[in-house]
Amino acid sequence: MSIDESTAARVAKLARIKVDPEALPALAQDFNGILGFIEQLSEVDVEGVEPMTSVTPQRLTRRADVVTDGDLQDDVLKNAPDAREGFFAVPKVVE
Amino acid sequence: MSNLNKLGLAGARDALRAGETTSKALTEACLTAIEGAGALNAFVHHTPEIAMAQAEAADARLKAGDAPAMCGLPIGIKDLFCTKGVPSQAGSRILQGFLPQYESTVSQNLFDAGAVMLGKLNMDEFAMGSSNETSVYGNAVNPWRRGNDDTALTPGGSSGGSAAAVAADLCLAATGTDTGGSIRQPAAFTGTVGIKPTYGRCSRWGIVAFASSLDQAGPMTKSVRDAAIMLEAMCGHDPKDSTSADLPVPDFEAALTGDIRGKKIGIPREYRMDGMPEEIENLWSDGIAMMKDAGAEIVDISLPHTKYALPAYYVIAPAEASSNLARYDGVRYGHRAGLDQGDGITEMYEKTRAEGFGPEVQRRVMIGTYVLSAGFYDAYYNRARKVRTLIKRDFEQVFADGIDCILTPATPSAAFGLGEMTDADPVAMYLNDVFTVTVNLAGLPGIAVPTGQDRKGLPLGLQLIGRPWEEADLLSSAYALERSAGFVAKPDKWW
Repeated sequence: MSIDESTAARVAKLARIKVDPEALPALAQDFNGILGFIEQLSEVDVEGVEPMTSVTPQRLTRRADVVTDGDLQDDVLKNAPDAREGFFAVPKVVE
Repeated sequence: MSNLNKLGLAGARDALRAGETTSKALTEACLTAIEGAGALNAFVHHTPEIAMAQAEAADARLKAGDAPAMCGLPIGIKDLFCTKGVPSQAGSRILQGFLPQYESTVSQNLFDAGAVMLGKLNMDEFAMGSSNETSVYGNAVNPWRRGNDDTALTPGGSSGGSAAAVAADLCLAATGTDTGGSIRQPAAFTGTVGIKPTYGRCSRWGIVAFASSLDQAGPMTKSVRDAAIMLEAMCGHDPKDSTSADLPVPDFEAALTGDIRGKKIGIPREYRMDGMPEEIENLWSDGIAMMKDAGAEIVDISLPHTKYALPAYYVIAPAEASSNLARYDGVRYGHRAGLDQGDGITEMYEKTRAEGFGPEVQRRVMIGTYVLSAGFYDAYYNRARKVRTLIKRDFEQVFADGIDCILTPATPSAAFGLGEMTDADPVAMYLNDVFTVTVNLAGLPGIAVPTGQDRKGLPLGLQLIGRPWEEADLLSSAYALERSAGFVAKPDKWW
């Protein structure tokens, strides 16, 4: 499976990373190198094998459905690039 | 006492408890060593005020006879750990200026045990790399050199700053994290000890996530005993990490008998790679002989899916990374790109991530995005997870057959020169993890122990892999190997 420039551009878009058009050929080439390496996995017989979901057999423990913290608005907003009136601020989303 | 920074954890602890020195003196010695070691670029955020305050508190506890395991011992913390009010950037531009408002569980556990934080340590960006060359802070440099050749060498990665700092005696020990070999490979490159515990032993809460099903924290130290002391202080159940194991933490140091008589040590034939350098081959044979002399039974074993571990890793780790790193969007923390007239929120995301992530991180996020995308999910991601099941099964089989632990090389070579791999394709760099990555995929504990030097005097390490949750036994075997190898070399100070 070979990745062309338009596929590379589509992946960059899905990943929300801006890639200049002139960088796409090199990126596609990198992808092809890595995917070529990954391709070895198709040699393995995985018939009837369950995909791993957890490396340790433990069950996730349940906890009580109660509020355990809160009132941390200042802490939560402390590192925001743009916070106003207790909210995160972003460019206009709705026209 | 002079050269206090050259002590290990056990030596310093004993000296503190005997009243032969103070935490203040130890901490000052380390801070002085750090100041003189700018050329190594190991410490990237310095916290001398925190260190001195913690040292004073530790001295008071020592005086009061209330000294916990790490009381007064100065260490470095990898930049991946969120430390309250102290820059925690994961070696990335995208987290520039980020000041966590909370403390990671592992660093909190260490502080509760009395440890002193000297500062934050250099690393590959988001722990993605094997040479510390993807860091926003620039390369960390290995204190070791090839004889009289002054070529700057990599300390390995991703915990390169941690390894360099411990090897150069800038701190007594350091924290590391290991997703595919990021503790064990740098330990092997710098003549230090590094253990990645069983997945779930250390809480991941507050550690910047790379690949959540593989990431584990562990100590990087000057000896196996130090690793036992520090690991015990780091681990323990944490309700804030749902994958953290609710198991008692054994007394690892007390378990260091070094008695491996009658133990079955497995030697996996698949780790004998084509084109493996003779020096690594010899190191391994020497290690086998040492374990045999110490009374262990050497057993040839097979782990048939070894070959597929790296390709499976390079599906699973980028897939998880693409998901984990989606949070860096310029909204809640870290860098936000400057926007042009008319730019909307999508442009903000795309520009922020293009500016904030370095090339290797971008590459892995995009590979992860691709293998998870519609139409490829089954062919890549699900297939890799099935292969992961088979890799784990290989280990379960040999352990069921009575093998106690497995001995392998830690790395396929000694430390290489910084910049030497720049023109190689990304896959060539990935091969650094060929001996370590299986352990992460299977969730097992693994430890790198320095056991020899190459012709040019560079340190080389072997890896021991243990049964799940049996770090105590693994550390004891590593202690036996360390004793037999008698590795005492230190780098000549040039920095």
